[in-house]
Amino acid sequence: MPQTQFEKIWDAHVIESRPDGQTLLYVDRHLLHEGSFHGFEYLDQRDMPVRRPGQSFAVADHYIPTTSRNLADTEDDVARSLITRLEANAAKHGVSHFGIDSESQGIVHVIGPEQGITLPGLLIVCGDSHTATHGALGAYAFGIGASEVTHVLATQTLWQMKPKAMRISVDGARPAGVTGKDVILAIIAQISAAGATGHAVEFAGSLIRDLSMEERMTVCNMTIEAGGRAGMIAPDEKTFAYIKGRRYAPDGEDWDKALAAWLALPSDEGAVFDAEVTLDGTAIRPMLTWGTSPEQAAALADTVPDPANAPNAEKAEEWRDALDYIGLTAGQHFRDVAVDKVFIGSCTNSRIEDLRAAAAVLKGRQVQVKQALVSPGSFLVKKQAEAEGLDRIFKEAGFEWRESGCSMCVGMNGDLAERGERVASTSNRNFRGRQGQGVRTHLVSPASAAAAAITGHFADPRDFA
Amino acid sequence: MPQTPFTALTAAGVPLDSANVDTDQVIPARFLKYPRSDTSWTFLFHDLRLRPDGSENPDFILSNEPYKSKGRILVADRNFGCGSSRESAVYALQDWGFRAVIAPSFGDIFFNNSFKNGFLPIRLRTEVCNALRQDLHDAPGAEIAIDVEAQTVTGPDGVAHSFELDDFRKYCLTRGLDDIDFTLEQTRKIDAFERDNRPSWLGHNA
Ligand code: SF4
Repeated sequence: MPQTQFEKIWDAHVIESRPDGQTLLYVDRHLLHEGSFHGFEYLDQRDMPVRRPGQSFAVADHYIPTTSRNLADTEDDVARSLITRLEANAAKHGVSHFGIDSESQGIVHVIGPEQGITLPGLLIVCGDSHTATHGALGAYAFGIGASEVTHVLATQTLWQMKPKAMRISVDGARPAGVTGKDVILAIIAQISAAGATGHAVEFAGSLIRDLSMEERMTVCNMTIEAGGRAGMIAPDEKTFAYIKGRRYAPDGEDWDKALAAWLALPSDEGAVFDAEVTLDGTAIRPMLTWGTSPEQAAALADTVPDPANAPNAEKAEEWRDALDYIGLTAGQHFRDVAVDKVFIGSCTNSRIEDLRAAAAVLKGRQVQVKQALVSPGSFLVKKQAEAEGLDRIFKEAGFEWRESGCSMCVGMNGDLAERGERVASTSNRNFRGRQGQGVRTHLVSPASAAAAAITGHFADPRDFA
Repeated sequence: MPQTPFTALTAAGVPLDSANVDTDQVIPARFLKYPRSDTSWTFLFHDLRLRPDGSENPDFILSNEPYKSKGRILVADRNFGCGSSRESAVYALQDWGFRAVIAPSFGDIFFNNSFKNGFLPIRLRTEVCNALRQDLHDAPGAEIAIDVEAQTVTGPDGVAHSFELDDFRKYCLTRGLDDIDFTLEQTRKIDAFERDNRPSWLGHNA
């Protein structure tokens, strides 16, 4: 029987299946961040060890300051204690830890691929919903909750019900100026924030294959915003070239064996998916979100949608609510909407290509907003950007050039906007209050964020290329 | 963690009308750094329930009696608990006093997290959820009965609706069991899997 990539990886990790569908799966690699304190507390209470410490990797990203690499600059004592507890827990249990001053530090979903921890065919989990990012390399990766983190620490396994398989195919030549971020926003706008609920999603099609590795990460990263359990893309030559030589990737004879295994991973011809969605890639344009759910997205060149045109009464009500919170009026051109702050960063869009795309727009221009902040996704991304002189472009334009971390993606480390402020953000969630109470978040690509920064309102990045 | 067994519950329902209520709404990120404590219930729906000045927002259902003090079952709309994986969303609901949430659909991770804490998420059809919420608006404080063993929800109108629940979750829920203990009993199978089924190119890093 022809199998999907998801089924192949799933089958290779089954330890035991119960008649009721609950399956015990083996976890290859487990990523930990500050939120893991619940899990370690449980182990300590019961005096239990981490079953396979060599398969866990810990990094602080959510609470660390981005103004410096000094813990003294952490927002407060409670946040600081979470960072130091992660280090202490990792040390106690023999788990690799990339501390705030380590060259391997960065946002957990940026450093996984960067360090070669993320590999095709692996089952990877992390107590964070954007774990789907790692599927860009052909892994089955998904976010788990605190109890599941504990379960993985204690047993290196997880009980799961098998999700259904969905394929989202985006075909056609990619229009100029369209990035991975625009593609995933267009997908979510089409299928809704719950469109992939209960499914492991495979992104396929010529446009997806055309994306760079980093753009594929952006696409998979936001699978959860469509409700998907995991997102993945078939590994190909681009994937292998990306992985080769990374710290935790196989080498020598192991590399050859791995490659042979990886080549067999892609979904077989004729494999059946429980759901199929197709998008015309040629119709995608640079996008932004205009509401408080990632499904409320439109092309930057368009106008604010009118709830009167919503597909049904229920949606009309949601749109009205969202517009009320976000402070926009139906019919307004997005290009006339003033932006207060710009944030470039997060596990969605903080990699080197993201910074290059933003810098290309910013070069020789000046920021026209109250605050513009860029937080590279990892220490190594920052170092690379500095080697290329991107930091100077950002700084000369008026951006704050910060350290790596989750930063303004989430209101938990001191990087916040203020009530009523409108933020053009390259992150993944435009939920109410995500970037601070009463803050209005619009999700955009790095180039579009840069275009907003230099014009002071939303703008089509293609005008600045 | 071991839980109180959950077999049946009859209690007042609270209708929550918005769709896509994400876990950032259930508990804002800035509260996640605090350990669970006697005051964690105050985090629940914090920014919806309270105004910026800290006073109660009467427009939010949970600020009003009898929902506020009597509500134990939340009846929500589609895609409840989407977004962040924060298990604190479940803790906050429980610490407030909720024991179950009924909705047409849920965020996957929230749905899983719930069971790990002896908290029951129940999927019922959209029309049923809409009707339940209407009943709860019409008769504030009206009760809903949940029978875990029989897998039914009985609304204020006396009509019973069955829901799906797999045996394993039901077993753990009705006995208040922790699945870690259960899995540790399978250690020999895990050992065997590690010995025989892991790719050699991973260089089994212990
Ligand atoms: S950058 Fe944002 S979405 Fe990504 S892991 Fe950090 S908080 Fe989560």
